[in-house]
Amino acid sequence: MYKLNNITPLNLLFTFLGGALLLFIVAPIAGMYLNTSGSELTEAIKAKDVRESIWLSLWTSMAGTLLFSFLAIPLAFILARKDFPLKNIVNGIIDIPIIIPHSAAGIAILGVVTRESWLGKFADLFGIQFVGNPAGIIMAMAFVSIPFLINAARDGFAAVPERLEKVALTLGASPARVFFTISLPLAWRSILSGLILMWGRGMSEFGAVIIVAYNPQTAPILIFERFTSFGLKYSVPAAVIFVSVCLLMFVFLRVTKKKV
Amino acid sequence: MLKVENISLRAGTFELSNISFEVSKGDYFVILGVSGVGKSLLLESIAGLLNTTAGKIYLRGKEISEGKIQKRKISIVYQDSDLFPHLTVFENIAYPLKSKKERGIKEKVLKAAEQVGIEDKLNRKPETLSGGEYQRVSLARSLAAGNDIFLLDEPLASLDSKSKSELRQLLRKLNREGITIIHVTHDYEEAISLANKIGVMEKGALVHIASPEEVFHHPKSEFVAHFIGTKNFFKGNLKSLSQSDLKEFTTKNLKIYCLTNAADGESYLTILPEEISLSNEIEKGSSRNHFNGKIIDIAPAKLGFEIFVDAGVELIAIVSGDSKKDLQLDIGKKVWVNFKAASCKVYK
Repeated sequence: MYKLNNITPLNLLFTFLGGALLLFIVAPIAGMYLNTSGSELTEAIKAKDVRESIWLSLWTSMAGTLLFSFLAIPLAFILARKDFPLKNIVNGIIDIPIIIPHSAAGIAILGVVTRESWLGKFADLFGIQFVGNPAGIIMAMAFVSIPFLINAARDGFAAVPERLEKVALTLGASPARVFFTISLPLAWRSILSGLILMWGRGMSEFGAVIIVAYNPQTAPILIFERFTSFGLKYSVPAAVIFVSVCLLMFVFLRVTKKKV
Repeated sequence: MLKVENISLRAGTFELSNISFEVSKGDYFVILGVSGVGKSLLLESIAGLLNTTAGKIYLRGKEISEGKIQKRKISIVYQDSDLFPHLTVFENIAYPLKSKKERGIKEKVLKAAEQVGIEDKLNRKPETLSGGEYQRVSLARSLAAGNDIFLLDEPLASLDSKSKSELRQLLRKLNREGITIIHVTHDYEEAISLANKIGVMEKGALVHIASPEEVFHHPKSEFVAHFIGTKNFFKGNLKSLSQSDLKEFTTKNLKIYCLTNAADGESYLTILPEEISLSNEIEKGSSRNHFNGKIIDIAPAKLGFEIFVDAGVELIAIVSGDSKKDLQLDIGKKVWVNFKAASCKVYK
């Protein structure tokens, strides 16, 4: 609680600046909601392509997050616990997807997943195609969002006292048992944060996904297509629905996470 | 049972050099030293948590220096924060049993809990335990692991005096029941009350390993000397003099005459502060040792005053209030320090 003597000019200034920033985030979204009528929303919800695109975004992003977590979590553990040559470079590589333009990321991914590439050919053997396919969408989403999971998990593991892992070893536990019963549960909150962030970031990805798979359309691409083909008025209701779904999921997961 | 041979290691700014000692089954070995001398490093290297750069560790006759931590059957208990915070007391104690896929976990947990007196705390989470209870759970978990060597790293340091004394009792009991204990501490009373063997550690090396009586009656480190109230403690070199029954003890360029039958060579010298007299002029009497020095501090003692004189080394004399007044002793004043050669206690 603020006490009266805490209201200094500096605090007032910072509160004002912070408030302006919050407004910057909230106002455009609120504006979108206020400018959409109930009938427009109902119409958008009834549209099959809107519903399908939102569902596609949700499940591909979820699948990407879960699939890649099997690679990201062990890597995060190694980064938190071990020192090795060129570790800084590895840490840097992990952040690359955050800084490169996502369209460029999409082009890069496309290069690896076309049917001519070795990965494409290999996947073809199992009847999997990436381009224009949910598998490609998953790859593109994971590429741009994986740093969020790795970084959060690495920080989570680093915060687990190494002493506890050592004590567990002296108590006869194997390193694998120590990982699954001590390190992972104690880092779980951070990992969950990372999973939520990765999932949210992947779901909202546009640039990389549109290059790898214009169709089937994820929600961001559908919104974009409606905007370019039919204009703002027609794209806003779909955007409102997608944003609402995202926000609901986000709030639900944040609340669940607090209870973990 | 456990033999440590010349182990050395470096971790950050800490360094251990050439540590050797042996612990027999049922021993209670206390490693005594100020904070930051590397006591915890030593324990962690025995437990296998740190790699040594040299030396060997033998357990039950077998070399284990390179062996896996989980196969050493050595438990380590820290001052605090070594229970798994996400598990209940029961789950903490059951942890080693589950690791070894043992049967009858519930009975074994209960037995270990009863041994340390925490059988009513099994459903609690570690954060709700008091300091003493916390350490008991940690000990119970080590018991459940079936390990018979416990390494205790300042286990009583964060406890209040009542819990401290209760836990000491428990540690003595566990030791009587056959647990071999290596316990590091900076608390000399703790060492006396528990140990049957003490190792004094200074600057990464074990400087004196002996029985508690020997360690405290013949201190070989300033640290121990300080604890038992020995004020004038010096390490130096003893040399016989020709045509004299006196010997010369040299410490930091100061030569002290001693009447002793100790053998020549590296030795320790103590002088009781009560045996040192101060004077404004050099004393003409039977005293063989006279040093001119400056008073650097004066502190009231139980009886009289302690006068600290810098005479090349720091010497402490106890004088009465009357003497202090008559001699006008004050900080900064130059005085003569006098004591008899026979007042010097010298030992190897």
